[in-house]
Amino acid sequence: MKDMHQIRLRVNGREHELTVEARRTLADMLRHDLGYTGTHLGCEHGICGACTVLVDGSPVRSCLLFGVQADGTEVSTVEGLAAGDELSDLQQAFSDHHALQCGFCTPGFLMLAEAYLAERDSADGLTEAEARELVASNLCRCTGYQGIVEAVLATAGSRRRAAGP
Amino acid sequence: MTVIGTRMPRKEDPRLLRGRGRFGDDFSAAGQVWARVVRSPIAHGRIRRVDLTQARRADGVIAAVAAGGVPAGLAIPVRLAVRDIDLSGYLQPVLATGVVRYVGEPVAVVVAGDPYAAEDAAELVEIDIDEEPAVLDAAAGAGPGSPRLFPAGNVAADFTLGYGDTETAFRQAAHVVEAEVEIGRHTGVPLEPRVLLAEPDPRTGGLSIFGMTKVPVFNRDLLAAMLGMDQALIHVHAIDAGGGFGVRGEFYPEDFLVPWLARTLGRPVKWAEDRAEHLVAANHSRQQSHRVAAAFDSHGRITALTDDVLHDNGAYCRTHGVAVPELTVAMLPGPYRVPAYRGRVRVVLTSKTPCGTYRAPGRYEGTTAREQLLDVAAGRLGIDRIELRRRNLLGPGELPHRRSITTLGTDVVLDAGDYPALLQAAGAEMTRLGYHAQASGGGAAGRRRGLGVAVYLEKSGLGPHETADVTVSETGAVRVLSGGTSLGQGIETVLAQIAADALGVDPQAVDVVNGDTDLQPCGTGSWASRSTVVAGNAVHGAASAVRARALQLAARMLEAAEDDLVIADGTISVRGDPAVSVGLGEIAKAAAPGGPHLRPGEPAGLAVRRRFDVAHMTYPYGVHAAVVEVDPGTGRVRVLRYLVASEVGRAINPALVEGQLRGGAAQGIGGALLEEFSYDEAGQPQAITFMEYQLPTAAEIPPIDVLLAQAAPAPGNPLGVMGAGEGGISGAGAAVASAVRDALGLAGTVARLPLTPPRVRRLAEAGAGRKPGLP
Repeated sequence: MKDMHQIRLRVNGREHELTVEARRTLADMLRHDLGYTGTHLGCEHGICGACTVLVDGSPVRSCLLFGVQADGTEVSTVEGLAAGDELSDLQQAFSDHHALQCGFCTPGFLMLAEAYLAERDSADGLTEAEARELVASNLCRCTGYQGIVEAVLATAGSRRRAAGP
Repeated sequence: MTVIGTRMPRKEDPRLLRGRGRFGDDFSAAGQVWARVVRSPIAHGRIRRVDLTQARRADGVIAAVAAGGVPAGLAIPVRLAVRDIDLSGYLQPVLATGVVRYVGEPVAVVVAGDPYAAEDAAELVEIDIDEEPAVLDAAAGAGPGSPRLFPAGNVAADFTLGYGDTETAFRQAAHVVEAEVEIGRHTGVPLEPRVLLAEPDPRTGGLSIFGMTKVPVFNRDLLAAMLGMDQALIHVHAIDAGGGFGVRGEFYPEDFLVPWLARTLGRPVKWAEDRAEHLVAANHSRQQSHRVAAAFDSHGRITALTDDVLHDNGAYCRTHGVAVPELTVAMLPGPYRVPAYRGRVRVVLTSKTPCGTYRAPGRYEGTTAREQLLDVAAGRLGIDRIELRRRNLLGPGELPHRRSITTLGTDVVLDAGDYPALLQAAGAEMTRLGYHAQASGGGAAGRRRGLGVAVYLEKSGLGPHETADVTVSETGAVRVLSGGTSLGQGIETVLAQIAADALGVDPQAVDVVNGDTDLQPCGTGSWASRSTVVAGNAVHGAASAVRARALQLAARMLEAAEDDLVIADGTISVRGDPAVSVGLGEIAKAAAPGGPHLRPGEPAGLAVRRRFDVAHMTYPYGVHAAVVEVDPGTGRVRVLRYLVASEVGRAINPALVEGQLRGGAAQGIGGALLEEFSYDEAGQPQAITFMEYQLPTAAEIPPIDVLLAQAAPAPGNPLGVMGAGEGGISGAGAAVASAVRDALGLAGTVARLPLTPPRVRRLAEAGAGRKPGLP
């Protein structure tokens, strides 16, 4: 007998109501029940970070949360980053700095960096060491990380300039 | 202006950045069911019984089968057969039959309505195995007293390549230097695990397959043969792949089981591997021990080289057969002048996951062994490490250099380049970037720094052929149907640039489809750093032919001589009179069936298929350098600086080439310091999560400097390109080993990769006192 729960959550601003088995992970629920396939599963044990999404603004490994735990929350996934046809500044920086190859880990890095940059005061400068420490939270097998570090630094820099002196 | 050589943004990026890539698990079919593979928990033993009763009774279970339930006698054949070696007694069955030979070997498969139920039911399959002793060491496994994994023994192959009289050279040598180097078992570990979806077509009885990458046409044909059906009834679709690195896309047991289940059950079947499975089921690679020796004359010139390699291939010969050990000994002499050479390799089967290729197969291993030997020799002969290499590198006047060796069925002909010049340029770059100063500078108390250098020779552009179609539609859009596959390397962008250059159109107007077997049934896939070379030149040929045909048709339409026409931005106009022009789309329309400018007997439309045939590979080369800091107390090695200097002939998109080199170097550093599949004495794998199998993070990988050389266009292809996929990793084991050896002041080799903290501590104790620790 399955242990089913009815939950409500918002994903990228859109309301969803669904019935989900207690043991179903947030990642599987987002991907297979709600169709947000941009969130990827690379290890299913919380190391690689490809499944990183934001729950109420905080980055989480969606493979380590159950879907029912997201009841009543606001979830942000990679599909919500771009505004229409326009890539976000962070997404554009990833392309400009060749920060992705296969692109499988990319949504996780984008969500991680987005949360980190949103939390920081954008007037504060971001150092290379800080960016690298942030990027070391997740795994990428293609790029050697250099482009990802550069893209995060560039985005922090442009947001700082936009924030004024 | 040509778009070749520009850093054009990747065409793949927008969809991937939006989360709109379509990877394996993103495909689903109406009514699909999920397969879960049940794997052997024992390294070696006889199967007494596989009991599926409980699993079949579980909630939602649709089917459960073991070896007795699938067609008998099916084993996965060798794709890359070399040297006519008969490996038929060592092939892997699709489900273990009678005997299990490694932990993770597929024993049964369970199908249920959803993946959670399939996993629950898989745990109810009871496997009763009489355990037998495991073979875990290749040297012992090759010996007479070892337990046997196969009736014919554990040595699948034992062969020697070479030329010249090594015995006389060693006898007459002024110096003989020997070294032993072992490379640890590790592999590609793409971040996306394997996924397959097979969907039957009720109309034709055929199958649609999602998830076969790398060599889709080969896998389609093999699957068709195994299922006893016509190959044209199987459609392998082009999808995004989360990294390949040699591992993804070979034909594994699951590549038979999932389509067979779909046909048998008459409904779509999906299988998504988890990480623990991937680490024991997908190909491992690299594990070798080398005993390498060189004879030198009194000037420090190599007169002969020998190697004796033990290759631990795991439990079966898979699709690569013995291609990796063959490449190891065939490529071992590298870019050096070696008058006599003998390389022997024994391929030993052990109770571990079977092996295949991982990026730069055989070269990562062989380069590490050879370059360690040269470092040891430099110390023994009292010659500077770089100078010893410079004296022995083949000079530009000696190329092309034909080595009396074949590999992968091709002659080894080092085609073009200036090896000493690139070594010198790399040295100058290291000086400019302060490598020497940093290597001899002060670290924290007790830490020791070292500089490592390695020279590598790669191979790329393996033929014998590749096919591409280029079509212009009536809107002027250009479509390329390539036989390569997209594994994340950016081949869509590169082929669009090549087509755009030949056709005179904007590369953004070019759509590239890779690896769809219906659209390009002649493709041979993406592997062996071949795609830019062979797929690129096929696209170049097809697009050039489309251009010629467009000019011919435009001449008719504009009533002008072809020689007076110019093509730019998708428009053909009369030279000096841009108002008299016609667009490529209009030309396609005029050449459509019934079109006004199509003459009787001419093929309709603006489309050409071209095949690029090539007999020989092209050989890129380069230099790796590393500055490391070693803590002798903890054994930790930090890579402070890293340089890859690489000759690629011609970079279609330099940003993408640099990305390949940086990414490869990061993987190579991982294999040199962190990544290893280890086993306990019973053959139980000890690395089954990312806690034990340590991929490098941004904290372990420094910024990687790249010196991209385009001084030696490949003479064997019109574009002049050499493959760039593997040069970034090829020399990384060697450079890190060289740097650690330098830091610790070792007289001998580092003995073994990866240089994990316990091994480094032991080396530090052995080398203590040779080089004073820096203040």
